Parts: sequence; structure tokens; C-alpha cells
Amino acid sequence: MLKCRTVWKKLAPLARSSSTVCRQNVKRTGLNNGRIPTCVPAANMSTGPGGLGGDNLKYTVMVGAACVGSLTYAYFLLKGDQKRYQERIEEITTRSQRSSKEEAATVQSEPLAVEATQTKAVPEPVPEAAPSPEEPSPPAAQAEQPAAPAEAAAPSETTAPPPATDSTPASLKVPSHTPYLLIGGGTASFAAARSIRARDPGARVLIVTDEPDLPYMRPPLSKELWFSDDPSVTETLRFKQWNGKERSIYFQPPSFYINSEELASAENGGVAVLTGKKVVHMDVRGNKVKLDDDTEISYDKCLIATGGVPRNLQVIERAGEEVMKKTTLFRKIEDFKLLDNVSRNAKSITIIGGGFLGSELACALGRRSAESGLEVIQMFPEKGNMGKVLPEYLSNWTTEKVKREGVKVISEALVKSVTCKDDRLEIHLKDGRLVTTDHIVAAVGLEPNVDLAKSAGLEVDSDFGGYRVNAELQARSNIWVAGDAACFYDIRLGRRRVEHHDHAVVSGRLAGENMTGASKPYWHQSMFWSDLGPDVGYEAIGIVDSSLPTVGVFAKATAKDTPKAATEKSGTGIRSESETEDTATSPVASVTPVPPVAHKDDYGKGVIFYLRDKVVVGIILWNVFNRMPIARKIIKDGEEHADLNEVAKLFNIHED
Amino acid sequence: MSSVRQEGKDKIIFVTKEDHESPSSAELVEEDPNDPYEERGLILPNGEINWNCPCLGGMASGPCGTEFKDAFSCFHYSKEEVKGSDCLEQFRAMQECMQRYPELYPQEDEKSSNKTSQDSAEESGADANKLQYNVIHPSE
Repeated sequence: MLKCRTVWKKLAPLARSSSTVCRQNVKRTGLNNGRIPTCVPAANMSTGPGGLGGDNLKYTVMVGAACVGSLTYAYFLLKGDQKRYQERIEEITTRSQRSSKEEAATVQSEPLAVEATQTKAVPEPVPEAAPSPEEPSPPAAQAEQPAAPAEAAAPSETTAPPPATDSTPASLKVPSHTPYLLIGGGTASFAAARSIRARDPGARVLIVTDEPDLPYMRPPLSKELWFSDDPSVTETLRFKQWNGKERSIYFQPPSFYINSEELASAENGGVAVLTGKKVVHMDVRGNKVKLDDDTEISYDKCLIATGGVPRNLQVIERAGEEVMKKTTLFRKIEDFKLLDNVSRNAKSITIIGGGFLGSELACALGRRSAESGLEVIQMFPEKGNMGKVLPEYLSNWTTEKVKREGVKVISEALVKSVTCKDDRLEIHLKDGRLVTTDHIVAAVGLEPNVDLAKSAGLEVDSDFGGYRVNAELQARSNIWVAGDAACFYDIRLGRRRVEHHDHAVVSGRLAGENMTGASKPYWHQSMFWSDLGPDVGYEAIGIVDSSLPTVGVFAKATAKDTPKAATEKSGTGIRSESETEDTATSPVASVTPVPPVAHKDDYGKGVIFYLRDKVVVGIILWNVFNRMPIARKIIKDGEEHADLNEVAKLFNIHED
Repeated sequence: MSSVRQEGKDKIIFVTKEDHESPSSAELVEEDPNDPYEERGLILPNGEINWNCPCLGGMASGPCGTEFKDAFSCFHYSKEEVKGSDCLEQFRAMQECMQRYPELYPQEDEKSSNKTSQDSAEESGADANKLQYNVIHPSE
């Protein structure tokens, strides 16, 4: 929206200037018409302003009134249209629900039969509804909306109606061909869609996702959404950024997308999203894919951005259904909703995993525990939080910080078995300790989704997992892979697979560029960030592996160096955007001075360099913000620096 | 004075403000302005508009993307004295399109309607240059 504003501000004066020019032209022609009989320019000019002042005024008033009148008319017309449209949609929704309920009553025990009858029942109300061309769009538009009310209604309804309402979109025609097919509806896919649309005018892009939601961003699911004061946050999924600006986790509202049936005919193309559909088979030779409902879609260019599925602990999988019911593998919106609900009702939650997701959730839940008395436990095999990322001294410091957020941290914990007893979970650790809890959140990694590798004949990487692609993110001639599922060749840092938000954006954007004819390799290094509560956060770039030798340069922190202050300055909650949002108008409210926080430990703020063969391959900016471009430059150069303290000077860590 | 500590393979240095006052002796590789791999700002080195610039957000890719591109290109290449004054048609089309999607393109109030058209045009031209500068040379 900020970007909108900047551009709008630039354009608004033009619109204004254009209208004044317009008016001037009108006046001039009016004047000239009046003067055609006489033809002595000098005389006219001298009498012009004085003698014809009255006419000038009349013209201005007329033009002004006409503008105001037409704008008001247009406004009311649009409002009326919107109201009529809404009423129509409600009518159709109730009609299809009624018909599906009737069917469900008769064929409840056979879900397949229900679906079959649904596909027959729905085409009837649809042609009934009206012959006008507008009709196909309301049912299609409602396809995205019933997915949400269907989910909410699910607990109270029998199993038959929810698949019934979900299958109403299934019966709508899936396009048989699309120039650009994006498999997966996450961050990388959306970034690619945007990139394709920007570069190929009028491009038609189809996103196919097995989730019921439109593309959304994941970082707030483990951070900002938990800090929201709004009790309906699980429904609205809006979060307030530190500077008070609110935004939705959805990248764009539904009106951004077009319906998949309109894709082929839309004059300027667009992005269509097919939710609740899974691609199960890929025919590379025939350039087509098959969905789980047996429909086929052919494509010209395809992107695989299927992300991954959270890993589970074997001990939990073996522990049986009772335990599985009380375990959450956290990744999607529905997991957030579930965990939010659990956190309000349970007395104790245990998070297994000490990485980014585990620590962030622990801090988020820890904050909640202050009000509700919820017990939050976090356990992991490493010595401290972020043990695989931060050097030991920093990991220990971080663990203390997490403990201060209200979390009971159990480090060096290996889970031996989990049992369900008296409706509570008992976690037996290998060293004999026993932890009793109500619910488990497993944050032990992501398994990249490579289901299509076999049918498509795509290579899977054995070291990092994921589809193996080259530096241009290409797997085979018309197939690219981006995001969590891509194991790509990074020219600077070597082959790797990155599971961060900004990487999904960068790789998605790059894949989109390459799908539209560019041949650019992965070059702009993506970054990542993490916040451990509002007081401590860091941004990082490159290979940040605690097994590498590190050099940390620190200064003392003041209250100004917190993630809160950083986002207040840049006006965004998503830190990777703070670089590009630089161009937007600065929305800063003055930060009221807070007494400096006393740190008894030394690692207030600083820079940590990760070295591989004496070359800096990774950098963490610890409580130091808005300096990512310098860090990116240092990694890009790939030079050997004799004294890293000198390099650290480039970051001005003592400044704001 | 800076202090140095070694914990196994990790080196820890503490520095005061004075320690870091002297300019850095670290050498950075010179940037190649024509590097084809680099991410570009709003205006490409050859003078064209980079529609994929993150700074544009969804403007060029949304439902009004085509209209936006037409209007903005016209403005960019406009050689008129009041830049963009020959692009009224395109801007009108864009405005019409955007009014159909109020959710995506929230309509701003024209608070600064006091400014003369000349001032605003100059400012918008200067803004465009500043935008370009900020994006191509990110501040440190």
C-alpha cells in the first residue's frame, strides 16, 4: 500500500495538471470561437482578461459541476452494483447449500456417491441462476469463500456436507491449458506469478494448490499473529506491525485474482488460483499434469513450488493415535488456528525442537503464559536455542533470553518415547527425565515435497533433499523449481537448499524471470531474520552454520537497538521488505525515549562472521538493523579479509 | 580499547565507539554497473522501466497492471514540459480500472490540492529521480 501511495502521489499531480490543462484548453477554444470574426491578435490580447472574465468564470463553474456530478453518479452506480452482486451471491450460496444438504441426507454413507451427485446437482442451479455472462463468476468467486465457512462449519456438520460444499468448485471447469502453470500456492509461487505478470504483458498464470487458502506469508504465523490483541485474529489473520500499520497475511485480497474459467478469455490475462487441488502426476514429454480429480492441465512453462511437509519424530508416529491427536506439526494456517485454540484451553504445551520455528513459537506462547498461567516447555537435543545456527556463547545467551520469556527450557533432551496417560502426554527422555504435558508441537524440520519427481523424471538431491536444479533454478527444459523444495546451485556459496521466507520470494521472483526469457542465475543473496520477543532480533544472510569458525564483533546495546525500533523506522513487519520499502514515504512516529535496558551479558549488538576457508560465507547482524546491503556485498565479494574487525567497521554498529 | 577472546573455534571481539571511529581498511570489490546478474532498481541501466522492481509492489502485476504499465511508460518517456501531460488518456484508463478494485487500490484523499500544477509536476519528477537513486544505490 505504501508503494501504491508513492506512485499515486506521483501520478496525482499529473491527473490534476492534466485536468487544469484540459480546462485551459476548453477556455481557450471558447475564447477563440468568440473571436473568429475579428483577427487582430494584439487588440484581442489586450482586451482578453478584462472583457471576457465573465465567460471564464462560467466555463470553470460548468466544467467543475460536470466533473463533480459525473463522479458522484459513478460512485453511486458502483455502490448499487456491489450491493446487487452481494445479494446474488448470497442467493446462490443458500441455493447450492440447500441442494447439497438434500443430497447428503440420502447418500451419507458413500462420500464418492455424494461427490458424484454433487457434480450433477450443481450444474443445475448454475444454469438456472441466469443466462447472463456474469453468473459463472459468482459461483467461482464463492468457491474461495465457502472454503472458509465450510471449514468453520465442519465440526458441527456431518462429514458429507463439507466435501459437498468443497466439491462445488470441483465441478466448475478447470482450464485445460495454461501458458504458465505454478504448482503450489505459497510464497515462491506468488512471487513467481508477480514476476511473470510484470514481465510478460497480459500473461495468464494458473496457480494450483492443495491448500484451501490463497497465497499467504508464513512468518507471522509464528510471530506477529500471536502478539495481536484482536480476539478474532484467527479469523481475520491480520496482524499489527510495530508501527501500528495492519496488514493481512494474505499477499493480496481475493479481488487481485481472476477466476480460473476466465483465465483463457481475460483480455489482459491475470493470476487464477485453483485451491484444494493436488497435482499427482506430471507428464514432461506431453507438457501436462494430472490432478487428484483426474482432470488434466497442459502448460507451456511450469514451476514447481511445492514447499514441504513438517517432519515428525519417529517416536511420536509410533506412539499411536492418542498421542498423534495431541500433536501439532506446525506450518499452515489451520495449524495456527488449532494451536491458538489449544493454548487457550490446555494447561501445558511442550515444543520439541530448538530451531527457528520452535524458539519463535516458544517465545510467543511464553508471552501468552504470562496472562493465562499456561506452562510452556521447550526441549531439544542441542545445548541451547538455535544451537545449530549460533555459536555456543550466543546460543547460551539466547537460551537465557527465551527462559525470560516464560519458557521452561530443557536442553540436551532426546525423546525416547511418548505415551498417553490419564488424558495427558508423558514424554520419556533418554536420560531418564519425565515431562508431563497436554499437547506437543513438533518443530523438528521440514521434509521437502518431491512427490512429482518420479512421474516427471526429476532428479532429487540426496544431500539436501528437494529437486535438484541448476543455478538458473531449472530442472528440465520447461520446468523450474523455487522455494523450500529447490536444491539449487548458488554460484557463490555452492549447492544448497534454503527454507526461509525471503529465499522463497527471491527464488520465486527469479524463476518467474527465467520463465519469461531471462537467464539469470541465483545471485542476489536472500536473507532471513528471527525475533525472540520484541527486545532481541537478528538478521542474517548466507551460510550460518554453528559448526563453522566464527568471529563476533560486539558493542553494548541501548534501548534503541530492538526489532521494534527497526520496524518502526522502516514501517514494515516483514524485515526483508524493509530494504525495498525504502522508497516508500517514511511513516515514522517518534519513538518515546525509554531508559536504557541494562544487559548483564555483553552481547548487546554486533556482527558475527561465519568463515569457510577464511572467506566470509555468512553474516549475522545481531540487534543491528537496516544494514543488510553491506552484508550482502561482503558475501558477494567472497574475498579473504585479514582483519574482520576492519570489516565490522563498515557496519557502524555503534550508530542507530 | 577492544578486547579479544577465543572460545574454541569462535573469536569474540568487543569494541568501543572510539575503536571503530577510524575508517575501515577493508577493501570491497568495485561494483560493475552493467552486471547482468544484479538486481536492478526501478530504472534499468538502458533507461527502460524495470516492471519487476519490488518497489512497485503489485502495481504492474495486478488486474490493472496493463493500464498501469501503459500510463507509467507514457509518463516515463514523455518529453513534454509538464511531464506526462500527453498521457491523460492512459491515466484516465488506469484510474477507471483502479476504481473497480477499491480493495487493491485504496483511493487517497487529495489533501495537497493547494499546490499549483507546476510545483507538483516538478516535485513528481524529482521524486522519480530520488526513487531511482535510492533503489540503485541502497543507503548503508
